[in-house]
Amino acid sequence: MIYNASILPIILFLTIVISVLTISILSARKTSSVKGYFAAGGNIPWTVNGIAFAGDYLSAASFLGICGMIAMSGYDGFLYSIGYLAGWVMALFVVAEPMKKLGKYTFTDALDSKFNSPAIQLMAGISTLLVSIFYLIPQMVGAGALVTPLLGLPHYVGVIMVGSIVIFIVATAGMKSTTYVQFIKGGLLIVFSTILVGMLLYNGLNKDVSDDYHDFVELTAVMNGETVSDIKEAGYEITGELSDSKGYFIRLKNDGYNNWWKVSEKGKISEALSIVDSKEGIKLYNGAPIEEERFYPVGHMSKVIVNGKEVEATGPLNPFSYLSTIESSQVVRFEKYGFTFEDEHVSIWYQEPTSGSEILRPGLKFKVDKGSTPLSKLNFVSLMLALFFGTSALPHVLIRYYTVPSARDARKSTILAIIAIGFFYVLTLFIGLGAMTSGVLDVESSNMAAPLLAKSFGSILFSIISAIAFATVLGTVSGLIVASSGAVAHDLVDRFFKVKMTDKRKVIVGKTAAVSVGAIAIVLGILFKGMNVSFLVGWAFAIAASANFPSIIMLLFWKKTTAQGIASSVGVGMISAIGIILLSPSMFERYGLLASQAIIPLDNPGIISIPLSFLTLVIVSLLTQKKVKA
Amino acid sequence: MLHEPAAQAGNDPASEFKKKVGIRMFIAYAVVYAGFIIINTAAPKLMGRQIVFGLNLAVTYGFGLILLAIISGLIYNAICTRKEDEMEAAEKNGETNE
Repeated sequence: MIYNASILPIILFLTIVISVLTISILSARKTSSVKGYFAAGGNIPWTVNGIAFAGDYLSAASFLGICGMIAMSGYDGFLYSIGYLAGWVMALFVVAEPMKKLGKYTFTDALDSKFNSPAIQLMAGISTLLVSIFYLIPQMVGAGALVTPLLGLPHYVGVIMVGSIVIFIVATAGMKSTTYVQFIKGGLLIVFSTILVGMLLYNGLNKDVSDDYHDFVELTAVMNGETVSDIKEAGYEITGELSDSKGYFIRLKNDGYNNWWKVSEKGKISEALSIVDSKEGIKLYNGAPIEEERFYPVGHMSKVIVNGKEVEATGPLNPFSYLSTIESSQVVRFEKYGFTFEDEHVSIWYQEPTSGSEILRPGLKFKVDKGSTPLSKLNFVSLMLALFFGTSALPHVLIRYYTVPSARDARKSTILAIIAIGFFYVLTLFIGLGAMTSGVLDVESSNMAAPLLAKSFGSILFSIISAIAFATVLGTVSGLIVASSGAVAHDLVDRFFKVKMTDKRKVIVGKTAAVSVGAIAIVLGILFKGMNVSFLVGWAFAIAASANFPSIIMLLFWKKTTAQGIASSVGVGMISAIGIILLSPSMFERYGLLASQAIIPLDNPGIISIPLSFLTLVIVSLLTQKKVKA
Repeated sequence: MLHEPAAQAGNDPASEFKKKVGIRMFIAYAVVYAGFIIINTAAPKLMGRQIVFGLNLAVTYGFGLILLAIISGLIYNAICTRKEDEMEAAEKNGETNE
């Protein structure tokens, strides 16, 4: 889709950037010690820390990714909201207070608190770096996706811009400025998402989404057996056809443009959206270059049913009636399919009328019902496990326990975070469904669902929501880079390599690490353009749950845990989770191969890598008991 | 060098009690969460059944898990805070609580 920049979003964007840079410069004056840089001096009030937790955690994955996934796949996207929030229960009941007591600046400190083991320092330091980098990729992808409609700039410019600003935030004042950026962003995100949902409910559900919405055409085929021989309507010429297990598609030439359509079993031909990578190296959007704007925003209701009667519009709805009306109605979704035709790669998004009852239960993305296999169910279970156990093992979340004065404050700030995050996740269902039914979706980038929904309510709300989404990325990326720089400066350089450093020198090493990790994140953010950010974050959770979670739990609850057991468990969890991801169907598609060729058919590694990591810890700890006693 | 906690945590006589309560509440929540996964995989059609306010089981269960996390967090905090205050008061008075 073509996005045109306007002045208001640019002003708001600049306001956000100037605000966070000012916070950083002001905080920098008070941040010269290690304690100040990595843990904000340990004196952040629990109320600020709680909202900062929300600001840290409600990343691009939550705001852009989940809303986008709900908009494309209904309830299956909401499963991420449920899993992400449930993970906080583990963090509150089991991890928060012990981590606060054991830790100093980093997650590695807590794991190593009883052992002073170089092996733990090395493995946990590397694990922190890897989890943070995997978590950074989707944030940077989200930044790139946002900057295009907000400022009219290409994706890579957005990634470089976010990377540079965040490097400045972290390199100037570390955890202190990061905390306040996250606090402000968390608060704004929740307030304006609530306003967006309020406007959505007031607007209700409508069959006609807007005057600008493209009127999708339906043609009638003249069938010759099972193939289309002609089109009843004048002006259309058949120039190609393809029939396979996914359906029957034909290419029609009309007004000089070649575009792909889908043929139904009843001989009806419905208009679709398509992108063709032509032999000449040009991308054609519905048969034309993108500048001709023939590639439309989509998503509408084909039937709006209230109390058993079909209506054109519902008028204002309460949250319950909004959901129940969608459940009894019908929405036209756009399913993606890719194939090669005459040596050209074709991506087609065809209309798929879907009943509301199918949209509001699992199954459109994660195959647990129709078309499911034991493997697809295992994939679903694996994802839900990783989300549940991953939160309490994310290094950038764990370090926030060291910024408050006491264990009691750690607990209270976690509860405030659960309230704020839980409320926001309820809103994601409405925002996602709103985007699905309001004719605003850009099928090329599901990540833009929430800002584009805001755009349907006017440019002011769009500008505010986009600017907040940008701040969302800044806040989370800052936290991740602080965690990474702590891993390098404190865990690896200071503790593992035992490089003698003054307080000031250690802060300089931390800042240098922040710049390096930021640069890596920029490169990866450009390479992974186009992938759903929530899906990518699912991987970060799986690595954290596999590498870190077993060690945290066993350290707290199993007295026979040894340093060797922890180090091995972190290593095995990390390697197995990343290995499964690299050999997964999604990555094979990324390599340009077929998903069916993937060596491991699972997209979510947790169900294998988490138990493997636990098992490793138990076996190695039992084998190294004598050494501990000696 | 430089390995001291960012903020010194004082002695916490209530920590064992809080640990026990935390684990029990976590197990209770984990059972409810496991129920959600089991229904989705073993009996997915159940998720489409209407339960309350015209909402189906999938939405009701999902909202329920979020609400349960918030409510159980508040209950946990109330229990822990009361115990901490009791233990601190007992410590101040020079008494042992057992």
